[in-house]
Amino acid sequence: MTDPSMAVRCRGITKSFPAGDGIVEVLHAIDLDIPAGELTMLVGPSGCGKTTLISIIAGILGPTHGTVEACGVPLTKLRDSEKVAFRRKAIGFVFQQYNLLPALTAAENAAIPLVAAGMPMAKAAQQSAAILDRIGMGKHIDKLPSQLSGGQQQRVAIARAVVHAPNLVVCDEPTAALDAETGQTVMTILKEAALAADRAVIVVTHDNRIYHFADRIAAMEDGRIRSVRTATAGQFLEVA
Amino acid sequence: MNGVALTMLFGDRAKYLGLVFGIAFSTMLMSNQISIFAGLMSRTASQILDAREADIWVMDPRVLYVDEIEPMTDTQLGRVRGVDGVEWAVPFYKGLTVAHTQGGVLQQVILLGVDDATLVGVTPRMVLGSALSLKQPDAIIIDRAGFEFMWPGEKHALGKVIEINDRRAVIVGISEASAPFTTFPVVYTKYSSAMNYIGLMRKQMSFVLVRARPGEDPHHLAGRIAAETGLKALTWQDFAAATIGYYIKRTGIPVNFGITVALGFIVGAAVVGQTFYIFVLENLRQFGSLKAMGVSNMTILRMVLLQAMVVASVGYAFGIGLCAAFFELTSRVSINLRGFELLWQVALGTACAVLVIIVIASLASVRKVMVVDPAIVFRG
Repeated sequence: MTDPSMAVRCRGITKSFPAGDGIVEVLHAIDLDIPAGELTMLVGPSGCGKTTLISIIAGILGPTHGTVEACGVPLTKLRDSEKVAFRRKAIGFVFQQYNLLPALTAAENAAIPLVAAGMPMAKAAQQSAAILDRIGMGKHIDKLPSQLSGGQQQRVAIARAVVHAPNLVVCDEPTAALDAETGQTVMTILKEAALAADRAVIVVTHDNRIYHFADRIAAMEDGRIRSVRTATAGQFLEVA
Repeated sequence: MNGVALTMLFGDRAKYLGLVFGIAFSTMLMSNQISIFAGLMSRTASQILDAREADIWVMDPRVLYVDEIEPMTDTQLGRVRGVDGVEWAVPFYKGLTVAHTQGGVLQQVILLGVDDATLVGVTPRMVLGSALSLKQPDAIIIDRAGFEFMWPGEKHALGKVIEINDRRAVIVGISEASAPFTTFPVVYTKYSSAMNYIGLMRKQMSFVLVRARPGEDPHHLAGRIAAETGLKALTWQDFAAATIGYYIKRTGIPVNFGITVALGFIVGAAVVGQTFYIFVLENLRQFGSLKAMGVSNMTILRMVLLQAMVVASVGYAFGIGLCAAFFELTSRVSINLRGFELLWQVALGTACAVLVIIVIASLASVRKVMVVDPAIVFRG
């Protein structure tokens, strides 16, 4: 039975990859719930499986075993083409390297999810410009990525992640390429722009300077969830 | 997403221009060389193509092409005329001789002797004077290029006198005969005058030009003439094809041109293929992020193919335009280069070759984009 308060529900997720003559299991029977209306951080050392887990949650990779339900949709039962449509509609992405198209302006880059859904570029760029304006990028909507700083590019990426009003925003190391101050600014904007009552934000990071933005922190180690803590009055309490 | 694809393409100006240059260079080289080759081959059959009234050319059975002549006796003309289905048949002389002007210019010329009564075989395209003037004594018609060879820089004029084998010949007309393979002046005269110029021989008639009776199939008539006279009889189309075929088979010309055309194709494919591949490779992460964001493989494929087709179209337009401009300019610069032109068939064929180049160029790139894992975007 679907729990509407949960944006993501993972049960028994394992993931194996072929390596040489054998296979290597990078995720081991992971159970994880990510509630809507919260910013959840997935933390842990490099190689612990964070990126693989969000790839599965975002419907980019399939698990070897287990089930994933995201935004009420059983991802593990979808065909590839259905997963593509699901990602287009329900998920926003923020990448470590921004991944903006260098030939497109800030407004056009932020409009990509709408254009991919079939909206004409001119109309989509109008909508994205409004969001860019809201996050303090109003003066830069006609600039190319090469004319923007790293922090500004990441703000464009945040606008791109929310422009189509997805139910889930997945962020991969959004502050890794930024200095500490810009990282704090970007996280403030991310939380303000992306978080909503019916939307969950998942942030993969090992930047402990931004942990205080989290409502919930899931710590991973060696392909397993070691702990899940929630923030209450500035303190993180272990819940699992 | 088509607009996004085009913005990506035009945004990388250096690669875009490189791709367009590659296609334009390839198009120019291929269409230019094929056009020159086609023009040269057409020149080999120029005299056949100019004698438009004749349906059939009759010749000695050993003749393979128009420039290798085994003369026939004049009695053969009567035998051809006797074949059922022949409307008319007239003698035609073709040979090389030397002419010189009163100013001392010495020039080898192609001498064509046409039937005294009908003047069948004279090109209908006259620049100055009338073909009928050939009926005057010692009259000749020279082609425009020939006139300019023999009287360089002088204005076209009638009444000029030259000597052919020490016999007087007066120019009564200037024609626009098709350029011959050897670029010698083309001189028309009456058949009887031609005999005077070359001196009487036992066999002197080069060809018999035949017109089929209305309703008669020229191919069938040619077969009947061959069967009844023992001579070779070909429709003008077959004789022109045989002449062109001779040069293709017996000379190195096609190989030479073929190598250049192949080089144009290979260089074009290599340059465009490599540049396009690098262009796609550099955008692979962007394509990966589009895939992650829910852009389907089919849409990505359409984007890459659109980019390829735009590059092909723009490059082809530039290349074919340059080729047309080349022939337009060179035909004005030198009369030797007259008659070379960009044929629509060549333009179409080159377009097909460019299409093949761009398909080859796209294949590797498309495969790369299709198999790219969208999870690439999560790898820092």
